Amino acid sequence: MERFRPARVAWLYFRIGLMNELQYRVNFLIQLLQSAIALGTGLVVIALVFSHTKELNGWSASQLLVVLGIQILMGGVIQSLIQPNMTRLMEEVRLGKLDYALTKPEDAQLLVSVREVRIWQGADVLTGAIVIGIAIARLQHGVGLVHALAFAAAIMLGAVMVYCFWLIITTSAFWIVRMDQLVELFQGVYQTGRWPVGIYPTWLRFGLTFLVPIAFAVTVPAEAVTSRLHWTTLLGSAGFAVLLFGFTRWFWTVGLRHYSGASA
Amino acid sequence: MTTRTSLEPPVAPPPPEVSRLRSLLDFYLTSTRLAIIRNFQYRVANYFYMIGMLAEPIMLLVVWSAVARSRGGSVDGLTPGDFAAYFIVWTLVRQMNIAFTPAAWEWRIREGQLSGWLLRPIHPINYDLADIGGWKVAVIVMWLPIAAVLTVIFHPTLHPRLVDVLVFAVAIWGAYAIRSLALWLLGMVTFWTTRVGAIFETYFAAELILSGRIVPLKLMPAWVQRLANFLPFKWTFGYPIESLVGRLPIAQLVGGLAAQALWIAVGSGLVALLWRRAIRRFSSVGN
Repeated sequence: MERFRPARVAWLYFRIGLMNELQYRVNFLIQLLQSAIALGTGLVVIALVFSHTKELNGWSASQLLVVLGIQILMGGVIQSLIQPNMTRLMEEVRLGKLDYALTKPEDAQLLVSVREVRIWQGADVLTGAIVIGIAIARLQHGVGLVHALAFAAAIMLGAVMVYCFWLIITTSAFWIVRMDQLVELFQGVYQTGRWPVGIYPTWLRFGLTFLVPIAFAVTVPAEAVTSRLHWTTLLGSAGFAVLLFGFTRWFWTVGLRHYSGASA
Repeated sequence: MTTRTSLEPPVAPPPPEVSRLRSLLDFYLTSTRLAIIRNFQYRVANYFYMIGMLAEPIMLLVVWSAVARSRGGSVDGLTPGDFAAYFIVWTLVRQMNIAFTPAAWEWRIREGQLSGWLLRPIHPINYDLADIGGWKVAVIVMWLPIAAVLTVIFHPTLHPRLVDVLVFAVAIWGAYAIRSLALWLLGMVTFWTTRVGAIFETYFAAELILSGRIVPLKLMPAWVQRLANFLPFKWTFGYPIESLVGRLPIAQLVGGLAAQALWIAVGSGLVALLWRRAIRRFSSVGN
């Protein structure tokens, strides 16, 4: 039983968050509208691009639709599960309220990562999934079981890497207290994931792979669906995820030592 | 040397009667100067913010350059160098388009900010225009190094004439004025209803597509281009950019400035009208 404790803690917080959010059901409609508008503008851009060309760096319109769908879906995961926790952590470091989490008899990194859930932001997960479904139906060839499994693995690894990225940046708040602009900065950069990273110049592709892991979070899963993923890429993705997770853990403990609290 | 014997306080002579226009000008100069000084103090925060906003134009530039290359070097006459020029100038025009966000009106009303404003003798939109306008001056200066770096990376094709530069210098401020007025109008809807999110989202989506933000309007279907001429969006975004990079004939350059002037007049009229009705609905909150 002890072994599943982290999962139980996460589940507990998820349920509390769920009950909290269910009080504000109208928000779902607002989110859905926002989601639809974002999708609409994304589709307009793709339609415009393909009114002038037949393929973009070897990607067809349907294949780019897969990329867009995954970008929206991953965006939903980030906005509902990752980002709310991280902005709360930043805020608590600034105000010294993190003490309340640190004094609880549970791993602090686990706690700060699961406390917030914004289920209505998950509207994007739904929208993204629908777009991916439609796109797959339009692809010339279907998606085999192996590729489907590779897709599932790639998207999970991608989510872990985005989480690590966010936690590393947020941990910097222990040194640099004001990080307000960060959310905007990330959202700006995340937009670039609407297109496969291969179209970007080398320096940018490098940045979008290793500095902000958008390539792993969006392009690699999209490569799995469009059958262009090589198994070495997936292996590399897994290796980098493990490395990044280890580094994040280490960096978090170092950062925590710098935290002096503000209460008392 | 005379000594005062009376205990009455000395009375200052009444201030000379200053014209309203001159005092407004003085107000603008002072507030703008203060805003400039204040914003230069937060250089790092401002740069963070400006760099975050570079992702979108770089993405669009890369995509449209790829389209041009896939068509053998140009699409409707636009080469990657033209796109680079368009989207680098885009980054400045985007900054000029930032005005007081309509979403914050709810906060403005709730916090009782208006109560203070209503006591002062000038129309409150002047506070926003002057304060944010001062920030723009700081932004333009801080933008120059960013433009230099982007130029080195993306090699824009840009050979403006003197008249292009002059019109551009005026047009970016026209864009700022139109967008400020438009967002004020949107924001004031909050006086009637607090469910404004949907209205804002729809407005911004229309703006995104019809302003020339995602692609030079030239690449849009013809009917979209015609439609854009009759809406305000293009005059705050696509037109200022093209005035510098598009080698527009003089008639179009001047015509654009005239269109901007028209929209400023329409916007100002509507703001004046709506504001008078809006404050009647405003119940003051202590401040």
